[in-house]
Parts: sequence; C-alpha cells; structure tokens
Amino acid sequence: MQIDLRTVSIKPLRHTFDHVARRLGADKPASRYQEGTFDVQPSDNLQYRPTWDPEHELYDPARTQVVMKDWYAFKDPRQYYYGTYTMARARQQEAAEASFDFVETRGLAATLPPDLSRRALDVLVPLRHVAYGANLNNTAMCAYGYGTAITQPCMYQAMDQLGIAQYLTRIGLLLADASELEAGKSRWVGDGRWQGLRRYVENTLVLKDWFELFVAQNLVLDGLLFPLVYDQFIDKRVANEGGAPVSMVCAFMPDWFAETSRWVDASIKTAAAESPQNAQLLADWTSAWLLRATDALEPVATLALGEDAGPVFETVVDAFKARAGKLGLPL
Amino acid sequence: MDMNAKKKLGLKEKYALMTRNLGWETTYEPMDKVFPQMDYEGIRIHDWDKWEDPFRLTMDAYWKYQAEKEKKLYAIIDAYAQNNGHLNVTDARYINALKIFLSAVPSLEYNAHRGFARLGREMRGVGPQVACQMQAIDEIRHAQTQIHSLSNYNKFYNGFHDWKHMNDRVWYLSVPKSFFEDACTCGPFEFIIAIGFSFEYVLTNLVFMPFISGAAYNGDLGAMTFGFSAQSDEARHMTLGLEVIKFMLEQDPANLPIIQRWIDKWTWRGVRLLTIVAMLMDYMLPKRVMSWKEAWEVYFEENGMALFNDLARYGIKVPDCAALIKKEKDHISHQAWNAFYTAGMITNFHTWLPSEDEMNWLSSKYPDSFDKYYRPRFEYYRQREKEGKRFYNKTLPMLCQVCQIPMLFTEGDDPTLISYRQIEHKGDKYHFCSDHCQHIFEHEPEKYVEAWLPAHQIYQGNCFAEGADPTAPGFDPLKSVLDYWHLDFGRDNLDFEGSEDQKNFAAWRQQATTN
Repeated sequence: MQIDLRTVSIKPLRHTFDHVARRLGADKPASRYQEGTFDVQPSDNLQYRPTWDPEHELYDPARTQVVMKDWYAFKDPRQYYYGTYTMARARQQEAAEASFDFVETRGLAATLPPDLSRRALDVLVPLRHVAYGANLNNTAMCAYGYGTAITQPCMYQAMDQLGIAQYLTRIGLLLADASELEAGKSRWVGDGRWQGLRRYVENTLVLKDWFELFVAQNLVLDGLLFPLVYDQFIDKRVANEGGAPVSMVCAFMPDWFAETSRWVDASIKTAAAESPQNAQLLADWTSAWLLRATDALEPVATLALGEDAGPVFETVVDAFKARAGKLGLPL
Repeated sequence: MDMNAKKKLGLKEKYALMTRNLGWETTYEPMDKVFPQMDYEGIRIHDWDKWEDPFRLTMDAYWKYQAEKEKKLYAIIDAYAQNNGHLNVTDARYINALKIFLSAVPSLEYNAHRGFARLGREMRGVGPQVACQMQAIDEIRHAQTQIHSLSNYNKFYNGFHDWKHMNDRVWYLSVPKSFFEDACTCGPFEFIIAIGFSFEYVLTNLVFMPFISGAAYNGDLGAMTFGFSAQSDEARHMTLGLEVIKFMLEQDPANLPIIQRWIDKWTWRGVRLLTIVAMLMDYMLPKRVMSWKEAWEVYFEENGMALFNDLARYGIKVPDCAALIKKEKDHISHQAWNAFYTAGMITNFHTWLPSEDEMNWLSSKYPDSFDKYYRPRFEYYRQREKEGKRFYNKTLPMLCQVCQIPMLFTEGDDPTLISYRQIEHKGDKYHFCSDHCQHIFEHEPEKYVEAWLPAHQIYQGNCFAEGADPTAPGFDPLKSVLDYWHLDFGRDNLDFEGSEDQKNFAAWRQQATTN
C-alpha cells in the first residue's frame, strides 16, 4: 500500500544536459554523479601554455604515458561527488570519534601491556609521514591528471590520507604524548629500519608521470602497507595480545582501504583493458615499484611482527600479486 | 599511564601537530626537486614556519561540517525541484541570468579547484599546502552544487543544455575562460594573488551580490541556497587570500614590487570580467538588488579601500586602474547590455529592451549618464522594433587581446569615443580596450599572443560545424558557427519576447495556479 500524493506535473523539455546525454546515448535522467563529473574539466581551445610546464597544455592527456581514447571511461564505483563523499566520511568519522571517546573515557590506553603499546607506537607513529606523502601524491594526481572522472576521486583520496595522518597523530597522543610524535619523526628521518620506506616515499614525490604515481602510491604501496599494518599487525597481532583498544581507534584505516581499493582496482582495470600497451606499461610499473616496496616494507614488517614477519609478509605480497593479476596486469 | 598527567595541548599546538609537523626535510631527493615551482617567479620565502594558519580545521571536523551543509542544501534543491519552484521566480526574464551563470561560473570554480590542487601540492610549507587543498576540494563542491542546482532549470528552459561545450567555444565565454586559464597557467604565487586575493578577497562580494542576492530578490530559492551554503567556505577562502599576501610581504621586501604588479594586473582583469555582472545587475534582474554603481561604491570604493589602507603599511598601493574604474562605473553596464542586445542572435540567452519603468530606474541610479547617452539608444532600438526592423549586429566584434571583451568601452573622459589601443609586436598588430590591458600584454607578450580569440578563430575558419565545407555553394557561415557552438537557433537566442521560454513559463504558471 502506498499513499497517493500528487504534485503539479509539467512535462520537461529534456532530462539532462546534452554532453551527459551524449555519454548516456540518449536524453534520459542522469545521476548527480554523472552531471557533476562528465566533461566538467575544460578540454578545448585552451588559452595559454602553463609557465610551470610549457611543454604541455594546461589540461593535457600527455602528462602520462597511459593512453586513453576517452578519459571519462573511468568510473568511480562509489559514485562519489562532493556531497556523497563528505556524507560517507562524516558517518565514518562519527564512528571513529565514538571509538576514541570510548577508549579515552574508560582510560583503556592505560590497560595496554606496555611493550605492546610500545610496539604499536613504533609502527604507527612514523606512518603519519607516509600518509602525508600519500596526501601530496594524490593532490598531484588531481592537479596534473586528465579528466574529472579520475582527478576528482584523487582529491578525495588526498584528503582521506590527510585524515589518516591526523588519526595516527591522535593515536600517538592517546597512547603517549606529543614527545612521542617527535620521537617518531626522528625515527622516520634517522632510524635505519624506516629509511627504505622514506626513500620510496621521496622517490614518488618527484615522479612526473601522474599515472605511474597512481600505481606506485595507491596500488602498490597502499596495497601492501594497509594489509600488513592494519590487518596483520593491528587487527590480528595487537588485538590478540590484549590491544583491542588500539584496533578500535585504528578501525577507520582498514575500512577505508577496503572501500578505496574498489576505486583503485576499477581505475587500473579500465586503463589496462583499454589496450595491450597500457596493460604492459601498468604491469611494468607495478613490478618495478613492487620490488622497491617489498624491500622498503620488510624492516617495517619485522618491527611489527618480529620473527613471524617473513611468512606473514609473504602472504601479503602473494595476495597483492593475485589482486594485480585479476586487474589484468601480467606481472 | 595516567591520562590526566599529560600536558594539555593548546588548539594551535595541536593543529600544528596535525599539519606542519607531518612534513620533513627530504634527503633522498632534494627539496628543490620535490617543490620545483617555488623559485621561478622571483618570490623569496625564508621561513615557512612563520606561516599563520588562517583557520584550523582538521579533516574529521571538515567532513562533519561540510556533510551537514550538503545534506541541507540537497534537501532544499530536491524540494525546490519537486515543487516546481522555478515557476515562482519574479519573471521568466530572470532565468536568463542563470544561463549566463551556468555557462560561465562552474567552469571557473572547476579551474580554481585544479589550480588550488596544484598549490596544495607545490607550496613548500605544510600549513599553506593544507589550506590550499581544502580550498581545492571546496571549489569542486561549488562547481557541482551549481550544476546540480541549475540542472532542474535545464529540464524546462532553453540555453542551459550544453553549457560545458559552450564554455569552451562561445565568443563571450572566452572572457571568463581566459581569465581563469590565465591564472592557472601562472606560477603558484601569482595564482594565489590572482584568485585567492584579488578575486576572492577584493571582488567576491561583487560576484555574489547579483547572483545570490539577485536570486534571493527574485524568488529563486534554488540558486540562493547554494550561494548561502557556499558563504562559510568563501569566508575561509578570503582569510586564506589575506594571509597569503601578508605572509609574502613579510618574508622579504623584494617581494613587494612583484606583488604590487600582480595586484594591479588582477584587479584590472577582475574588474573587466565583472562587466557582465554589472550588466546583469542593471538589466537582467527583474527585481534589482542595487545598481552596479552602488555595489561598486560599497564593495570596492569603501570596503576595498579599507583593505588597501590596511596593506599600506607593507607599501602596497591602490591599483592605478581604480581611477579609470571610477569614471567607467557610470557606463559599463549600459555599454555591455547594448552590445549583448545587438548580438542577440549569437547568445545562448535572450535579450530585451528595458521597459519604461526600468529605464526610469536606470535614470535615477545613473543621473549623469543614462538619459544623456544610453536612453536615446534604447529608444531608437524600440522604434526599430516597432517598425519590424529589430537591429542585430551581423559582424563580429574586434576583441581586446587581453580581456577578450569586444571593443565596447569608451574613453574615461569621453563616453562618445571608443577606447582603442594598438601596438605592434614581432610584426603583428594587437588591439586593446585600455591602457591597463595593453600594459599587461607588454609585460608578458609571449603569453598573451597565445590567446584563443573567438572572433579571430571564426574568421580563420576554425569554428565551423564538424564536417562543414565552407566552399560548398550556399554555405551559411553564421549557421555553421552556431552549429559548432551547439546553439539552437530560435530557441536559445533572439528576443525574450515571443520566445519558447516566455510562452512555456506563462502556460506552466497558469497550469500551476489555476484550475
């Protein structure tokens, strides 16, 4: 049963904008994601050469070696435009806030075994800087990429990584205090076990091809780091050893990784499916960065998991290779 | 560990840990390679730590506040559409202002989004990076909320239907397009002076006034709501613009002349861009908010001067162009409407002549200019309309090489003489609407020779419909250009009087209000 409500109904002249209708193949109702995304970036009759990159136009598909017939072939499976994006994150931050509140008001940080708390801090606090690097890298992909369909979610990813850096900062303050953040930064710039990862991050900061950057950051580094740190270390090891409160305040990260991986996968899949040349290029980039990321993360795995690090990290790397295979990358 | 024994962090300290403490001096790659755009404009920054955060917003708070605003905004947009709110606007002529808005503004917001993303990556300090990133994501919000709010108008009225295609092609839209693409192709420091300071801080009120207050005055709840919803974002952007300029000025005295030149250039570029806004306020809003002249006096001559007085301690001077703008404020809206009325065949919105009442309003607001110079023109056009000889300009105008506006402005001291400047550069002639546009060109000729001027491009044959053969017998160049623009002749253009929009609005309003 439903109540029959009526409004004055006027027959519309058209259902959506012409550029959207051309993409949909007909004039039919379009979603807000589609109207807010399709062709929104200026693309024709661009006026001046950028003084910061005179080799290219302001918006130029040639800033990457990936070649697409249509850069709007990329689709965000989450259909995020600004409104849906902020509303989704607002719900997640509310849950995260409740977790921090729960742990704080009950003084649960004080109940952690000291050595466990120490190990969690050793691993998590320097990761603030990794998240910040990811923030800069995704901001670059938004700035220099081509087509709103892929640059828009890069901006959201950038702000998410800033959010993660800030959650990690709060965790440092919750389990210890501000001096711990300074100590973590010292380890990030000076401790040998972090130097491989820092080198990786700094190398990505100077990458010029924004799609290679997407591979190095969003596919490879995050694709190993998040399963290793949050699934294997925090949610399995730390939680099992009496560190459930740590797992609670970290919950944003694995949830976020699961969600954003859908978008990363869809983007890689679309680019790889476009042509064998793209697929080969993406596979070459993935192999090269995978090698470097594996080297960079090994000491972090050991820091987190001690003598179990080897086999656990191997399962993480194997799972990653299986994921890449499914995306059409012949590694 | 006793939680209470911890040192309590102040808000400023805590925010610093959440932002600038995340950065480090890179060593595997040199910092100059990580931030390669910092030096080439000549701006000297010695200590990024001196940056004062203009606002302290962590991401969790950002998500929370912005999501609240988005929920409210979209609830209103939905209700407005469901309730056929468009039938409640004062008069269907008003909708033409929205056509200009949609064709011009979301693309500007989008350019600002990408420009601030570049700064969010390239600024060397974490504080300004984060502030610029937040503005980058805000700007895509503005582009999308504008598109979504106006989407419903597109369903019922002509002229909105291919806004993005038109933005990249239609003659008058190259004015806003070239303005923002000019800024986006600048170095990071000039970009932020252009957009963050000159546009956001000095001129934003003059953009909001006609569109958003105009929407409020004309019963357009949809457009009004996205404007009001953007207001708190704009407040953040304005504080960022001001902080940036103070930071740059305090870092090194050698920055002053560079910044002064940018302020001069972008104030003038911005004011020229606002010509269309002036016309909108004086001619296109059935219910006027205030005249362009009044708005200019309040928001530039009073508020803007107070700002420049505040910056005087750094040595910043009021831009030279202020003197000319003061003289032009009596004229530009009338000159612009005159140009669009006569170009009504090649616009994606309708034009009309002001009614007798409206002309009286204009006389009262412009006692020194309207009756003397402009009323006689409109009366002449009216006479021609009565005789069935509605005047349309059939040729393409000469455009200023810098602002890309047709040569329609007059000399500051003689409103009967077109202001026209010409110089030669590497064997080619270039035309300008003013000394100020000419000076901008002379400082960076290599940039402005690349301008994509629609009138030139049309005459060169670059703007005909795909597959058109200009040598074919009976080829109609005007029709082919309109096809290239996707302008629907007879529905998008020509007079409001007798248009499909006018008829539909009247019929629908009757359907909605009578039995």
